Amino acid sequence: MSTRRSSAGAPPPTTYREALREGLREAMHEDERVFLMGEDVGNYGGCFGVSLGLLEEFGPERIRDTPLSESGFVGAGIGAALGGMRPVVEIMTVNFSLLAMDQILNNAATLLHMSGGQLGVPVVIRMTTGAGRQLGAQHSHSLEGWYAHIPGIRVLAPATVDDARHMLAAALADPDPVLIFEHGSLYNAEGVLDGTIEAVDLDTAAVRRPGTDVSVITYGGSLPKAMAAADVLAGEGISAEVVDLRTLRPLDDATIMASVCRTHRAVIIDEAWRSGSLAAEISSRITEQAFYELDAPVERVCSAEVPIPYARQLEEAALPQVATIADAVRRTVS
Amino acid sequence: MSSTSAQTEGKARRAARKSGRGKAGSAAARGAPDSLPSPDHHLSLLRQMLTIRRFEERCVELYSSTEIRGFVHLYIGEEAVAVGVNQALGQEDAVVSTYREHGHALARGVPAEAVMAEMYGKATGCSRGRGGSMHLFDADRRFYGGNAIVAGGLPLAAGLALADRMRGSTHVTCCFFGDGAFAEGEFHETANLAALWQLPLLLVCENNLYAMGTSLAREHAQTNLAMRAASYGMPAWTVDGMDVLAVEAAAQRAVESVRAGNGPHFIEAQTYRFRAHSMYDPDRYRAKSEIEAWKGRDPVQGLADRMRTDGRLDDRTMEELDKGVLGEIDRAVRSAEDAPMEPVADLLRFVTSAPGSTT
Ligand SMILES: Cc1ncc(C[n+]2csc(CCOP(=O)(O)OP(=O)(O)O)c2C)c(N)n1
Ligand SMILES: [Mg+2]
Repeated sequence: MSTRRSSAGAPPPTTYREALREGLREAMHEDERVFLMGEDVGNYGGCFGVSLGLLEEFGPERIRDTPLSESGFVGAGIGAALGGMRPVVEIMTVNFSLLAMDQILNNAATLLHMSGGQLGVPVVIRMTTGAGRQLGAQHSHSLEGWYAHIPGIRVLAPATVDDARHMLAAALADPDPVLIFEHGSLYNAEGVLDGTIEAVDLDTAAVRRPGTDVSVITYGGSLPKAMAAADVLAGEGISAEVVDLRTLRPLDDATIMASVCRTHRAVIIDEAWRSGSLAAEISSRITEQAFYELDAPVERVCSAEVPIPYARQLEEAALPQVATIADAVRRTVS
Repeated sequence: MSSTSAQTEGKARRAARKSGRGKAGSAAARGAPDSLPSPDHHLSLLRQMLTIRRFEERCVELYSSTEIRGFVHLYIGEEAVAVGVNQALGQEDAVVSTYREHGHALARGVPAEAVMAEMYGKATGCSRGRGGSMHLFDADRRFYGGNAIVAGGLPLAAGLALADRMRGSTHVTCCFFGDGAFAEGEFHETANLAALWQLPLLLVCENNLYAMGTSLAREHAQTNLAMRAASYGMPAWTVDGMDVLAVEAAAQRAVESVRAGNGPHFIEAQTYRFRAHSMYDPDRYRAKSEIEAWKGRDPVQGLADRMRTDGRLDDRTMEELDKGVLGEIDRAVRSAEDAPMEPVADLLRFVTSAPGSTT
């Protein structure tokens, strides 16, 4: 999943936010066609502080504040990509990306095909996703699965500081549109960057914790919860293997199936709603490709089918939690 | 197309005098024709603005002590807009608002208890704890929220206006939105649609000069918003949004005309938020001197000073007013604290209209 440098000292701990920023800085330095645009990315430093300081470093030509006009500036990003630039477009949250969904689906994802291969769209679109901060139903949804439904685009969900740091470069190297989903609960998460990683590939899922009894398959903001659940379960003698999808489209079937063939049980954790979800897709692929390896039905832990409510106890009950993940695993292995 | 606030105020006063309609929001405003609003009316405006101010100040405390959570956008500095506009609206008129809507809700008459309880996420909240600060609703008062998608309320407001017209009523729909929302396609699509269909819609743009950290001049190629609105073929003008009497006069004039069947009208209220965009915002993008200068035009203080000069307000009355307002907010906080939480068993309620709805 990653290319490593032979010798390098361990970098100091960093936050997910800083890792994303470093990725942006590197991309801007390495390729003058790269520029960042979006609402409040410049003067304000990004609504979640990802691009803080970049305006001072790169200037307003390349760190472009846009008016509130998601369809307009995402479409402009697609156009700039057609025109030979390498835009990174930031949308504040996935809920607001719905105003730009027309541009993403009807232009970015289809132009290459509709033009018979003439018009590639090397645009990168980043946005925040997910719940857990009591922001209510118009700021909390996990709609990356909708985008993962669309042929023609790649969908990424960095969950670790290393992926936050390195996925952007790989995304920019992709000749096709790439969407990057950053879970809002991860920005302050800290980790030590693996200084030996030079680049990451975008085609493989990662086994974050090896185990023998059950495969816990997840991505993004649910990864820390899955890891915590695996800790709890280890105390009970249940060995859970945690698979981080990393790329939601195209899915890395090989890594998923290899894990399921080792453990013979699968629990999928997905903060999106269950019906018609990415979790449904993965479950379906497991039954298609590894049915005879299964010792138990595939379990899913998803969000309750409700617009995410504000009140704390309701929001907590609506989302996958360490306890509900652990329960699902216990059901599977019992 | 835009006129000065003084002109606007004068014209609107004349219009208001000719009409007895559309003032249900304020009993005092139903003064005898040909007279200026009564002293009681000024006091009522002052009380309403002060209520919003004190309510918001309490929110700051409660947010700091983590009683209320989420994104909270305060209305401090902009009180004159909600209060002034609401004077022109009747109880049957509809209001569509934004995430910065505590003031709109309170001015509309949504009880402070219900708004505060909503921020506590309690069962007695005006959205039963599901909405929070950004999603206040009150169907009985035709207060249609509480929308956290910038400009998301605008098309909805056009639809409400369309429904009222199709049902043969003379109700007006009033939609509040910001200078940032003016840049969204949804504003322009709504303006065109409303003008094309001559809908009974009042568009109130609260121009507080910033969309989060982006100043007006950095978000609009042409910053004369009223002129741009007028290009859709609707009357549009600018008013001093720090002067509640000017806002009231402009709104009276506009609502009269909308109600009379003259199609949508646009008011740009020039105002300023004294605090950061939200409680989450470090407010690094504005000069302290700019904020201080605008604080010098405090709408609450402004009206109070004017009333003092006119001999309509003394220290004792002001003190009593403030005491009464603070008492009301104390009661709202206490009742929110004591209110029950929504049971987790009801998580899936209200997802569809089916009784005991699951999904
Ligand atoms: C469609 C959409 N894009 C972005 C946001 C994030 N956002 C929330 S408020 C805001 C600024 C809006 O400014 P304005 O319309 O002037 O209203 P104000 O906050 O000044 O009252 C932004 C960018 C959002 N909520 N919805
Ligand atoms: Mg504004």
